[in-house]
Amino acid sequence: MVSGFRMMFDHPATEAPAAVATDPAIRLTGLRRRFPGAPAPALDGVSLEVAAGEVFGIVGRSGAGKSTLIRCVNLLERPDAGRVEVLGRDLTAVDEAGLRAARRGIGMVFQHFNLLASRSVAGNIAFPLEVAGLPRAEREARVAELLPLVGLQAKRDAYPAQLSGGQKQRVGIARALASRPAILLCDEATSALDPETTAEILGLLRELRARLRLTVLLITHEMAVVKALCDRVAVLEAGRVIEQGRVFEVFTRPQAPTTRRFVAEVIGNAVPPGTLAALPPPGPGEVRRLLRVLFAGPHSTRAVISEASRRFGLDLNILAGRIDAIGAEPFGIMALAAYGAPAAVTAATGWMQGLGLTVEPLPEGEG
Amino acid sequence: MLPWLSPMLQDLLVEAAWQTLFMVGAAAGIAVLLGLPLALLLQATAPGGLAPSPAVNRPLGLVVNAVRSVPFIILMVAIVPFTRLVAGTSIGTGAAVVPLALAATAFIVRLFENALREVDRGVVEAARAMGATRLQIIAKVLVPEALPGLLAAVTVTLVSLVGYSAMAGAVGGGGLGDLGIRFGYQRFMPEVMATVVLILILFVQGLQSLGDWLVRRLSRR
Repeated sequence: MVSGFRMMFDHPATEAPAAVATDPAIRLTGLRRRFPGAPAPALDGVSLEVAAGEVFGIVGRSGAGKSTLIRCVNLLERPDAGRVEVLGRDLTAVDEAGLRAARRGIGMVFQHFNLLASRSVAGNIAFPLEVAGLPRAEREARVAELLPLVGLQAKRDAYPAQLSGGQKQRVGIARALASRPAILLCDEATSALDPETTAEILGLLRELRARLRLTVLLITHEMAVVKALCDRVAVLEAGRVIEQGRVFEVFTRPQAPTTRRFVAEVIGNAVPPGTLAALPPPGPGEVRRLLRVLFAGPHSTRAVISEASRRFGLDLNILAGRIDAIGAEPFGIMALAAYGAPAAVTAATGWMQGLGLTVEPLPEGEG
Repeated sequence: MLPWLSPMLQDLLVEAAWQTLFMVGAAAGIAVLLGLPLALLLQATAPGGLAPSPAVNRPLGLVVNAVRSVPFIILMVAIVPFTRLVAGTSIGTGAAVVPLALAATAFIVRLFENALREVDRGVVEAARAMGATRLQIIAKVLVPEALPGLLAAVTVTLVSLVGYSAMAGAVGGGGLGDLGIRFGYQRFMPEVMATVVLILILFVQGLQSLGDWLVRRLSRR
């Protein structure tokens, strides 16, 4: 309690006023980058905002420009055009020394860990502190705090070559957090790991993010990582953001074809091939409509299908379906073939929409 | 020791061994001191390096290659004016160190450069992302990470220097090679030649084993 008050009142008077809550931690504006000799730009006008405290995922195939994009945030890669603002500061405008100082406030975790082979675990974690000129005693104290945070107390003096992939990435994460950054960049942090270790590292990142109130920007080609960790996601294709939004929205209502394919990898609910051709034709006076129904929120558990069938005298044929949850939000997606009088089908659709469900014609390519 | 050689020859042999040791050691020492900064400079100014600069990299690379292209026996004679300038004389063991050091520097620069290039670019990038300065990257990342490779380069250079030093007789540098030529070959004393060759073999073996052991000890891979 006492220390809480101290923290509240000990703010130095000279410190800049705290950023307004709505100020983004990272704001990228109109980033362009074309590598010499490349046929197409790696980044073709990317603008993004990452709010303080959120986990933002950028997903894309290899070659979509994700790597270039994340490396622009700490200017490992300098964009040809555009602004990179981190915590309200335009990094493209600061000098070398200012940039180095800013980089110390941005931790980065790499796909291939990038640990120093010549240094022990403790030596690797202490490296950013050494670079920042911290005295030895403080470095050692900080390393002693970080080791249990990533569960590597026993490996303090081991060398990277003696560690498993998951352990190496834990060292990479501890190193990235050593100088208490507000922002963590993850460059395909789990892509070199097996599924089990990936889950372990994602769990660790989720825990650290909550405990340290980090802003995380991650790039990945795996939608499962986005589903497990992110609040918002942007889909990158050919150097452009083709879609972005809350992970729940993007997963349940993907718009662009690329996004649909990404989402289908994780929550595939495509109608099995051949099913549509095998459907019986509508009877006399009936129509057949192919519908995609999204259940989200309070109605995800209600027996909507059988109720609709009874109320409107329809035959509802379930072609594909999936019940899942993102974060704590459950949802269901169903592909239906509805048979009945045209007016009854329309009325049933309206009734379901009235319950807050999303009902739309089955999108092309999913049937 | 060595009862097949006369006491005089034994004395000469000991003196020659010391001369070889001195020439090789001094030249290697100078080569490391000059070669490491030059290799770091070459590596840093190369395309994609820490401070790419073709204006520095190309001429420097050209000079290094030029020195390496000249056969040592010719280099030794060709740079006599330079040797006189540096050592005050152009003959004797001390004077022989000058061309040896020059040749060894050009030799070791390329080996050092290779060792530095072996350092994972990702590690350098990670250091940049952590806000390290270029000098910090050199001192805390490039050199420590390349250390086993750098040591292996020193070993190779030492062994090559033993060979080069045999030609030092041409400028009155003495040494084991010179003894072998003057007594073993020119005076038809095969026992001297055999002894010299044996000592050189042991010498090189010792250097190589020591180098390998050090590399193994320092390598954390």
